[in-house]
Amino acid sequence: MSNEAIIFDAVRTPRGRGRKDGALNEVPPIELLATLFRALRERNKLSTGEVDDVIAGCVMPVGDQGADIARSALLYAGWDQSVPGFQINRFCASGLEAVTLAAEKVRSGWSDLVVGGGVESMSRVPMMSDGGPYVGQPLANLDINLVPQGVAADLLATIEGFSRETLDEFSIRSQRLAGKARDSGWFTSVVPVKDRNGMMILEKDEAIRPDVDMAALAKLKVSFQQMAEFGFGAVCLQNWPEVEKIRYLHTPGNSSGIVDGAALVLVGSAAKGKSLGLKARARVVSAAVVGVEPSLMLHGPAPASRQALKKAGMQLSDIDLIECNEAFAAVPLRFMRDMGIDDMDTLNVNGGAIALGHPLGATGAMLVGQAIDELERRGKSTALITLCVGLGMGQALIIERV
Amino acid sequence: MSEEMRYEKDGEGIVTIIMDMPGRSVNVINVEFGDAFGEMVDRVALDTGVKGVIIASAKKTFVAGAELDFLYKMEKPEETFALVQLMKARQRKLEKLGIPVVAAINGTALGGGWEVALATHHRVAIDDPRIKLGLPEVTLGLLPGDGGVTRMTRMLGLQAAFPFLTEGKQINPKEAKEIGLVDELATDAADMMAKARAWIKANPSSSQSWDRDDFRLPGGAPSSPKVAPALMVAPAMIRKKTQRNYPAPECIAAAMVEGAAVDFDTALRIESRYFSTIATGKVAKNMMSAFWFQLNAIKAGGSRPIGIAPTETKKIGVLGAGLMGHGIAYVTAVSGIEVVLKDMTQEKADAGKAAIAELVGKRVTQGKMARADADAILERITATGEAKDLAGCDLVVEAVFEDRDLKAKVTKEAEAAMDQSGVFASNTSTLPITGLALASSRPEKFIGLHFFSPVHRMDLVEIIVGKKTDEATLAKAFDFVMKIGKTPIVVNDSRGFYTSRVFGTYVLEGLALLSEGQNAQAVESAGLKAGMPMGPLEVGDMVGISLMHHITEQTVKDMEALGQKYDLGPGELLAGRMVKEKGRNGKSAGAGFYDYPKEGGKSLWPETYKLFPPAEVKIPQSEMIDRLLFLQALETVRCRDEGVIKAVADANLGSILGWGFAPWAGGTLQYINSYGLKAFVARSKELAAKYGPRFDPPASLVTMAETGKEFH
Repeated sequence: MSNEAIIFDAVRTPRGRGRKDGALNEVPPIELLATLFRALRERNKLSTGEVDDVIAGCVMPVGDQGADIARSALLYAGWDQSVPGFQINRFCASGLEAVTLAAEKVRSGWSDLVVGGGVESMSRVPMMSDGGPYVGQPLANLDINLVPQGVAADLLATIEGFSRETLDEFSIRSQRLAGKARDSGWFTSVVPVKDRNGMMILEKDEAIRPDVDMAALAKLKVSFQQMAEFGFGAVCLQNWPEVEKIRYLHTPGNSSGIVDGAALVLVGSAAKGKSLGLKARARVVSAAVVGVEPSLMLHGPAPASRQALKKAGMQLSDIDLIECNEAFAAVPLRFMRDMGIDDMDTLNVNGGAIALGHPLGATGAMLVGQAIDELERRGKSTALITLCVGLGMGQALIIERV
Repeated sequence: MSEEMRYEKDGEGIVTIIMDMPGRSVNVINVEFGDAFGEMVDRVALDTGVKGVIIASAKKTFVAGAELDFLYKMEKPEETFALVQLMKARQRKLEKLGIPVVAAINGTALGGGWEVALATHHRVAIDDPRIKLGLPEVTLGLLPGDGGVTRMTRMLGLQAAFPFLTEGKQINPKEAKEIGLVDELATDAADMMAKARAWIKANPSSSQSWDRDDFRLPGGAPSSPKVAPALMVAPAMIRKKTQRNYPAPECIAAAMVEGAAVDFDTALRIESRYFSTIATGKVAKNMMSAFWFQLNAIKAGGSRPIGIAPTETKKIGVLGAGLMGHGIAYVTAVSGIEVVLKDMTQEKADAGKAAIAELVGKRVTQGKMARADADAILERITATGEAKDLAGCDLVVEAVFEDRDLKAKVTKEAEAAMDQSGVFASNTSTLPITGLALASSRPEKFIGLHFFSPVHRMDLVEIIVGKKTDEATLAKAFDFVMKIGKTPIVVNDSRGFYTSRVFGTYVLEGLALLSEGQNAQAVESAGLKAGMPMGPLEVGDMVGISLMHHITEQTVKDMEALGQKYDLGPGELLAGRMVKEKGRNGKSAGAGFYDYPKEGGKSLWPETYKLFPPAEVKIPQSEMIDRLLFLQALETVRCRDEGVIKAVADANLGSILGWGFAPWAGGTLQYINSYGLKAFVARSKELAAKYGPRFDPPASLVTMAETGKEFH
């Protein structure tokens, strides 16, 4: 392959609790991204005019996140005015799609150096801020078989027969691992967020609760029963006629946390990296994105991953680490079952979004950085990153250290 | 126990916190005030049976503002942040106790004082138009950091709060009542306290609107389509005024808008962060230094001779009723002093007085002056064509044409008629005072009083001490300038004195840039971006290119008479060429570097762009700015070396008030401090190597830089 897409660097902010009292609530999303643009420039002594394009995933691109946040933020960070930028939305995989697009641009040979990443300040621009046709067009709502993600997650868990305990146990694992990784300093792609005086606003991931136990999780009320009972449960049952009833299993404790954060990944050709003195850390091996049944919605990671593996000519056994986004505990559990993964030695080894939180537009890019950090720490080679996506999609990316 | 405040609880459980800082005529916000306030709040919280709290002052004013000394010394953002966060926590505690809290505003409440009032649930103010309420922080380069931005925004809404926060707009209690910043007006102190108590009794539990669940930002949230368009244009409006030289209004806008999008306490924290940036930043230090410490030092008589009793000027004569003359007569009459306005003829004098009548008439129409006051002012002015009417004047100011013979003639004439122990002052802007004093029979009573045009708007008066001028004369001149509400600076006699000499370098450097083939508009833009009120070419036009040229020719002649040679610089050569070859004498002639068409605004004369072949290398704007500002700063240092000006405060304020030298920099010498003396010397040397010896740093400056000194 003449135009390998090389990952030179990946940075992310810590994830702040996505509430009014979360540490990053006071930091506008443009500032979250700008923090990372400055960090990329400084860590890599990057002459920013060398960058051909910037892609930022953002799922609620309105209000503080509107008006092409990618181009806005890079200018705000003082990057060279010659660098364009744009914002994309593939829901929860937006950050991964941004990295994928960056890699594709480089592999096409039409770009030499591209930044992909994303941002979501969920405390400032809450979910649903962007409306959408299923708010304004009832028939579209019906024809698309729209259901909220959480109801879909309960449907998935119901179909798979997961118990509340299974989901909670998985969540405890996520909290423990994430806490350990954070406290051991393994999240080396994290760039602290400071104010303009240089005073610390948030240094480390804020949402992790490493000490939470099964008893505490068991007490939490289920989150999506009401929405299901309003009618979305019926939508699921009409689409999945073999399902008798939906069991309400997901809670705030075994679903991904609502957080604020951003991530950027620097991708380019080997030649460009060499000319700029950038250190090659990994190459993008392959990528895939698929659509699946929209009311079950969240089972896309496995078909996407299979497709990515096929494109790469690899087997699952060739993969050293897997990051499967923990949108809901049922998602990675279903993914394991689909892929025939029996043990969890390689999956989400430093926890996932249940502990760390899921800043929608940024998560995919965060997982790329997290995977590279961990591959380097373990001296391993390959990683598969995959996410479930709203409206029934799945996306995957395979990387290999170089 | 703090002595700053008293805690008085009456039989009905109403606590009055009386602010009464010892050893001061006014209450001010400082660390002691904050600690005392904290103690009071804690005491209210712990006391049982408190039904309500009144915050009142035992001084004539409520709280005058913050004591800037401690703010000026703040250098670490972390410490500044911690301090304001602590002050805010105390206010928050008080306003969240649930019991009613009332501010009894008996007098002016500005800055931190108004912020105290904002942290109460109800404001009762005495209805006295002299009482000023508001947040003037921005005028000193600061940001209202004790909750002012956050509370004003939540009380008024984003758009309505803008002028109060980003421009420091002040209002009186009645105006404040109209927009809801004050809740009740009182006729006097007793009425105020009675109303405060009545409100407490009627409202046994109370909270701030922003602490209630149903709070909505007045006018709409930042994202509202009603507000968003205004918010989009607001930064551009600030920039139009500031050229981005002033971080305070920018950060105030940021704290307002960003604060409006988050919780109240988060908004307060955002405000504290911006406050810390601003308070520890250079521009605030520069502006506090000039507009507070140095201005106060001047007004305290820093440059007035010591040991001379205060003087009073009872009646002045003004010679020449033209623009300067009638302006001087006007401001003097406004201050209550009787004026004899004399010109060659009664008609000319009457015309001068008519111009004054027009000025006061305009103020009356605008509602800024009462008809009776206007009449009284005009009554104080006697227009005359006769020198004998100067009888009894203890000060005469001449403002006739810049002609030595004419000035000599009017000097003699006036001295014969006026009070024999009185002082004669010349408003010359160019002619050395010592020379003019030759015509005087009492040269020790002869002084320069250099007013600026338009006199009623320009705050500065440059007092020029001639060789023979005595200290009593200087003291009288100084007291007179203070009396008419102007700011006096004291300089020694020299060509161009201080202001004209230094400010001339700005114009000349602009002309030098033009002579090098730099784009004319780029030169003007650099001047504006530097923070000067006009580009150098525009200023040159306004002063008059012909006048500048005339002064140069005079200088050459004078130097030749002394057997010295004067080398003309590029700016002086260009001015000569404009006058002699192009016939472009400046604005008053309707033709200079600009065209001045009768209809529409001025625009650069197309030929101005073609006076010189375009330079091969365009000088970056930052370097143009350095040249334009450095030369003025260097010339100021030379003035000090030569004893033309002594006090640093006089030099700084003279530059800002006299010709509008970049206020953000705090004046010509503070600009050097702020740049850093070592860096300034190094940069001067670079500029000298590239552009000539006019940028050579004087030896005194090099020594100061080497020994780590600054201008204070």
